[in-house]
Amino acid sequence: MELTGAEIFVHCLKDEGVEYLFGYPGGAVLHIYDELYKQEAVKHILVRHEQAATHAADGYARATGKPGVVLVTSGPGATNAVTGIATAYMDSIPLVVFTGQVPTSLIGNDAFQEVDAIGITRPCVKHNFLVKDVTKLAETIKKAFYIAMTGRPGPVVVDIPKDITAHRTTYSYPKKVSMRSYEPVVKGHAGQIKKAVAMMLHAKRPMMYTGGGVVLDNASKTLIDLVHTLGFPITNTLMGLGAYPATDKQFVGMLGMHGTYEANLAMHNCDVLIAVGARFDDRVTGNIEKFCPTAKIVHVDVDPASISKNVKVDVPIVGAVGNVLKEMLKQIKESGAKPDAAALKEWWKQITEWRAMDCLKYDHTGTVIKPQYVVESLYKVTKGDAYVTSDVGQHQMWAAQFYKFDKPRRWINSGGLGTMGFGLPAAMGVQLAFPNATVACVTGEGSIQMNIQELSTLRQYGLPVKIVNLNNRYLGMVRQWQEFFYQGRYAMSYMESLPDFVKLAESYGAVGMYIDKPQDVEGALKEAMKIRDRAVFLDFITDQQENVYPMIPAGAGQNEMILV
Amino acid sequence: MRHIISILMENEAGALSRVAGLFSARGYNIESLTVAPTDDSSLSRMTLVTSGTNEIVEQITKQLNKLVDVVKLVDMSESVHIEREMMLIKVRAVADQREEVKHLADIFRGRIIDVTEHLYTIELTGTGDKLDAFIQAVGSVPILEVVRSGSIGIARGEKALQV
Repeated sequence: MELTGAEIFVHCLKDEGVEYLFGYPGGAVLHIYDELYKQEAVKHILVRHEQAATHAADGYARATGKPGVVLVTSGPGATNAVTGIATAYMDSIPLVVFTGQVPTSLIGNDAFQEVDAIGITRPCVKHNFLVKDVTKLAETIKKAFYIAMTGRPGPVVVDIPKDITAHRTTYSYPKKVSMRSYEPVVKGHAGQIKKAVAMMLHAKRPMMYTGGGVVLDNASKTLIDLVHTLGFPITNTLMGLGAYPATDKQFVGMLGMHGTYEANLAMHNCDVLIAVGARFDDRVTGNIEKFCPTAKIVHVDVDPASISKNVKVDVPIVGAVGNVLKEMLKQIKESGAKPDAAALKEWWKQITEWRAMDCLKYDHTGTVIKPQYVVESLYKVTKGDAYVTSDVGQHQMWAAQFYKFDKPRRWINSGGLGTMGFGLPAAMGVQLAFPNATVACVTGEGSIQMNIQELSTLRQYGLPVKIVNLNNRYLGMVRQWQEFFYQGRYAMSYMESLPDFVKLAESYGAVGMYIDKPQDVEGALKEAMKIRDRAVFLDFITDQQENVYPMIPAGAGQNEMILV
Repeated sequence: MRHIISILMENEAGALSRVAGLFSARGYNIESLTVAPTDDSSLSRMTLVTSGTNEIVEQITKQLNKLVDVVKLVDMSESVHIEREMMLIKVRAVADQREEVKHLADIFRGRIIDVTEHLYTIELTGTGDKLDAFIQAVGSVPILEVVRSGSIGIARGEKALQV
């Protein structure tokens, strides 16, 4: 029997096992929406802005490891989705984004709601497709999911002209895909791994530096096993938090611009650096000229282009990090060799001294709420077991520093692109995936307003997301830089004319809470956690002048931190 | 250093713009770029001449390989290869110059492919250097138009870039 393109589309999603489709209807995708209306297997979540659809799908993908799926219309639907696509691209998150397109006969005619979605998204997708023939639709969708999920994951856009969704053909969903032009490397080179292992076993001052790649490859358990076997110190990048338990004694905290003193100094002074699923981002390395001056570097990554891109490495290993870590562990166990215990003991002694600086300490004796205290309280009240999404700025750094993530896929933030407005829609995606889990969105009064319309989506689906608003009436990170580097000229960093967030939340059917005293923080959070049928907006009025410490200023090395 | 990179890619719409976009987005140089289908109609072969430090060229080849449409590529500069470029050049040639230009074309093994009373159009094939040399040699003869194809290359001997 022949099916229409729209019917085929819905069949493909079902056969792909898609649970949620985040989207917003419009002219070019009406045939598809008509088919979605006739079924219940694929649940469509109606957002209030297409950017939020991509972030929600992204949050869902980060929390579950499954691909996030989005459907938007042509023209503005597609352009609104671009920020979310770029966000996912920078953090290697698997998304499949379907954009409607004007009918093939009108492409290139400047038709109503026409935009070159393929051209616009090209630099921020792993790959994209324009479907010009309905007989290619199912195969293209299969390829899109395959490409999004394999190798280094990433977003894939499929642009579908309206007439294609009306054309008919027979349907069969391909069971597997093989593409001669796309064959991601899975296993690492055994010889290279052997070299790396020898280097690790001879290290005097080793350091493990792991990133989002460990989370993406679900390699957390193997990593923990390896690090415990070796007894090495380990740091995580912002994207890698949770891949190694933050409460484990070998964990020295996050590294980078706002990383811990001990993590950055251990990086700077190590003699063997083992980088796993991390990409030597500029926020991690600081001044590249001063980066790890005494270290031999091993780099494991699934993407060959990540290796030796920013920092020249000594032992490159291309492969899925899980496989490579397993192979390392196997070789270490088989060889029976042990790391240099005496040297390690010395090294740990040094690290313990750095740790004693207690670089994250802050003064919370006053009468104003310290933002760090709110995050610490959230950690305490949720027993460290919440999913925490965040936006971008100071609150993001405090959440990363003070919420000790012990499990992967719990910390959900826009690391690479740094997208304000990410947190709330991402939290929706996470809450849909885990309806019974506690999902908190740690945000600020600047970021939250970039996608605040999604309070309406929370209401529609009864999602009990806890919005933890660290409201300092400033674009805090901008203010901090202006204080440090622009002699306190606070150009446009002051958020005037803020809404009454409590009333705003209430108007969207959420519970609003206003908290301005330190002694009320924990109680308010506890109360919020009890509410399970609607969203809660906790508006914490925090210290306006608080800065994120420690900090590596731009151009400085990892050993040149500002402490307080 | 100058590198000549040969790429086999899926003959899909937009494949060329992915390569061009990659170069502009990452700030790599393109000296020349030429592309056409091969004997296998599902494949295009692109030849790209670029320059940069070894690190940059390594990144270029990695980033190109990462493009989903790219099937295979080789940096020709790493081994012995033959490189050719074609040029069509239209010059004004009157009186004594007519014999002079014809003579020059012979020396460079070019062919005059179009003639008018005042003009010659010459077809010339060779390395980029040879084409440059011809333009130099033409000297005082006024050049009306120069069209160059960009370089293509192929490995010497048994080596072949194929799927």
